[in-house]
Amino acid sequence: MIKIFDLTDVISIKDFQKKDIQYILKKAENLEKVAKSEEYSDELAGKILGMMFFEPSTRTRLSFETGMKRLGGSCVGFDGSVASSVSKGENLADTSKMFEAYSDALVIRHDLEGVAKFISDIVDVPVINAGDGAGQHPTQTLLDIYTIKRRFDKIKDLNIALVGDLKYGRTVHSLAYALGMFDVQMSFVAPDELKMPKETLHDLEKDNVKFYQTNNLKDVIDDVDVLYVTRIQKERFPDEEEYSKIKGAYLINHHLIKGKDLIVMHPLPRVGEISTDVDNTKYNKYFEQAFYGVPVRMAILKNIIKNKI
Amino acid sequence: MKVEAIKNGTVIDHITSNKSLHVLKILGLPNEDTNVTIAMNVFSDEVGRKDIVKIENRELDSSELDQIALLAPEATINIIRDYEVIAKDKVRFTNELKSIINCTNPNCITNADEPIESRFHLLKTSPILLRCHYCERLIDVEEIDNQFY
Ligand SMILES: Nc1ncnc2c1ncn2[C@@H]1O[C@H](COP(=O)(O)OP(=O)(O)OP(=O)(O)O)[C@@H](O)[C@H]1O
Ligand SMILES: [Mg+2]
Ligand SMILES: [Zn+2]
Repeated sequence: MIKIFDLTDVISIKDFQKKDIQYILKKAENLEKVAKSEEYSDELAGKILGMMFFEPSTRTRLSFETGMKRLGGSCVGFDGSVASSVSKGENLADTSKMFEAYSDALVIRHDLEGVAKFISDIVDVPVINAGDGAGQHPTQTLLDIYTIKRRFDKIKDLNIALVGDLKYGRTVHSLAYALGMFDVQMSFVAPDELKMPKETLHDLEKDNVKFYQTNNLKDVIDDVDVLYVTRIQKERFPDEEEYSKIKGAYLINHHLIKGKDLIVMHPLPRVGEISTDVDNTKYNKYFEQAFYGVPVRMAILKNIIKNKI
Repeated sequence: MKVEAIKNGTVIDHITSNKSLHVLKILGLPNEDTNVTIAMNVFSDEVGRKDIVKIENRELDSSELDQIALLAPEATINIIRDYEVIAKDKVRFTNELKSIINCTNPNCITNADEPIESRFHLLKTSPILLRCHYCERLIDVEEIDNQFY
């Protein structure tokens, strides 16, 4: 396969074309053995990944770190809990300039939207966006798509429902956009107050992507191949009662999906949207999905760090 | 229509009616020592109702023109020397612009305390639709207008 992925930064899934996504999926598959330590690699030996996690993260941060180390590289940086003492009131621009001097690529998570883009404009090393507020989280999208591809061996023509908080849940915006490139049937299942924002709908409409919107899970449950469930957070609702009502209406449990031919995904952590009685069933893909973060991020790291040499 | 003639300066003609005050805001006017004449909501055979702004001893730079295009896409810029129109141009849309307009997303990095200017990509011209370069938020005509009241 010829090398076509030529992004220097990974900021938004909008920077990707379908062929770029396919390229990363392919590369990730080749790296699974290294990710599981069944094969050895030192391709990034001597390289340092700068990790600037202004907001706490477990899965994303650990999978970047694991991926970097499995490829022979190492990491420096901080995460949410110590972020404030690291920066001591220093502005982002200055902190990033320091990190640029210490590392070969930067991974950034921040609670403000547009931070990774801003930093990528002011530093010369490659920048990866690991989540900017309610904005983009492109590597999550790539691993989500990778999970689907690994299970069905295709993406085209699948029936995929995104469920839950589609307004604030940052993973679903990029995911909807990316799935739009693959000729899938998409539905957005959300309570009225947490519907997909107009930005995302605008992008899909512009590209003539068809989607179906409903607030009722029952409308789609019989036809879907993939239920992509997201966290519904309490603070989005005016009162406890409203929250419990919504939460109940979108709960995925074994009873609901039993006998159906589908998989359940979730970017994790969950806060009760998927009942634990799904965990030990064939429907559960969310733990595997979390593992796939490693090979997918390795594919990204390998490419953007190598590109700079 | 007859208003006081200026010797040297700029006449911004065909401004969308009632938008002349917003245009002045973009230009940092009025100020203490600039002679400005405004005509609002005047009838024109060409465009129906329009506003006109005449500014003495001032020429506009291209970034100012980019901003005016957002509010008054039909505006004509006339450069006056010695009472004569010596050059005429339409405002133009640029695909990307730095702007005095703010991103409407309160959680956008451009609204934080960082050395950063707001910056937009023009997605559509009629009606105008911008996308924030940083957070990707869409900003429509109404949201642009609201920032000038
Ligand atoms: N010396 C001046 N002082 C003030 N305003 C002027 C002066 N000369 C021209 N203008 C104004 O500038 C605008 C453009 O003048 P011009 O003579 O080019 O009119 P026009 O032929 O109607 O132009 P257009 O085709 O752009 O509508 C008009 O609104 C006119 O009143
Ligand atoms: Mg005229
Ligand atoms: Zn913004």
